[in-house]
Amino acid sequence: MHLAYPAVLAALLFCVGLYGVLARRNAILVLMSVELMLNAVNLNLVAFDVWLRDALHSGQALTLFTIAIAAAEIGIGLAIVLAVYRNRGSSAVDELRDTAEGPDDPDDDAEGVAAEEPAPAQKAEAAA
Amino acid sequence: MTLAAAAATAANAPLTAAANAPLAANAPQGFLSPTGVEIAFLLVGLVTLGSAIVTVTTKQLVHAALWLVATLGGLAVEYLLLTAEFIAWVQVLIYVGSVVVLLLFGLMLTRAPIGRSPDADSGNRPVALAVAVLAAGSLVWVVVDAFRTTWIDLDRAADEAQGSTAVTGKFLFRHWVLPFEALSVLLLAALVGAIVLSRRNARMTRLNDTPGDPRTPGDPRTPGDPRTPGDPRTPGATGTLGKPRPPGATRTSGDTRTSGNPRTNGAPSDAPSDKEQR
Repeated sequence: MHLAYPAVLAALLFCVGLYGVLARRNAILVLMSVELMLNAVNLNLVAFDVWLRDALHSGQALTLFTIAIAAAEIGIGLAIVLAVYRNRGSSAVDELRDTAEGPDDPDDDAEGVAAEEPAPAQKAEAAA
Repeated sequence: MTLAAAAATAANAPLTAAANAPLAANAPQGFLSPTGVEIAFLLVGLVTLGSAIVTVTTKQLVHAALWLVATLGGLAVEYLLLTAEFIAWVQVLIYVGSVVVLLLFGLMLTRAPIGRSPDADSGNRPVALAVAVLAAGSLVWVVVDAFRTTWIDLDRAADEAQGSTAVTGKFLFRHWVLPFEALSVLLLAALVGAIVLSRRNARMTRLNDTPGDPRTPGDPRTPGDPRTPGDPRTPGATGTLGKPRPPGATRTSGDTRTSGNPRTNGAPSDAPSDKEQR
């Protein structure tokens, strides 16, 4: 088999995943795109392992390790997404701008400040 | 120059190292006369790539997860065609079996809309498309230019059973034991981390709110209840950034009527509310 077939397929899959990571808004869809990219890398590893046939079988071993790490990553990622959703009521990645800084989003900053500031004051009132 | 070098390699390979070198190109195979395996690989690859594209472009979130199943299944078939049996079954078991199910659980737990959601894509879609097309073009060009005269000897790989479970077990537990064990520790850490991440929030908010603000023990429930902030994808969803606080703000406005609400919810709020009514 020509090596270009799996290599080109892996490159195209990786770029599809890249597009998904950049263009998707829902965090879970971003995680799906990350899975696509990891799978593209896996395909590359398997193809080159079959091509090179080294004694250690590095490609297949690394593919298995990548699959396991991807499983761990998806577990942690979903836990983080669920925690964010529980706190914010949204899992859209472009609405989580708390650490964003800059003049492009004065609304979010003002809103965040307005939402943050009354709470301590009223806590003080309540304590008094 | 690359072409010349590749051609020289291809010409030399059958002469010098055809017997033992694994890099040897099979001279009789041609690029324009694909074998049956290549045709099968190409067709399955087209299906895989198509479902991957649908995965990242569909507006229905659940359908994206289901198209991901098709993509990962197609990749498993590709592994089989590349004689990597064990990897193919691991792919089916772990990706199709558990990762997609986990993603579907995540979609359900974040109350993803079932129908079409028009704002599944963010605003930087043209930029993403440009970046992806550029990356695809350059990567495909480089890869094709580099491996234009390279062939995989699938027959020999199949004869030696390179991807069978026996061979995989041997090399995994003979040469890769230490990374394997380290990986199991990593998986354990990820498991514990996922549990802690999904448990800590409720407890932390309870701990934070109970001593600081006696009247807001009901607050952790409000941000914790995904129904209250409403549909996360409504245009006013940015307002939900401040949502965890305003319920406390309305409740701490001084009247005891609203403080009766959290009191009925749990034991920790009883003492503060009683104190407050006195």
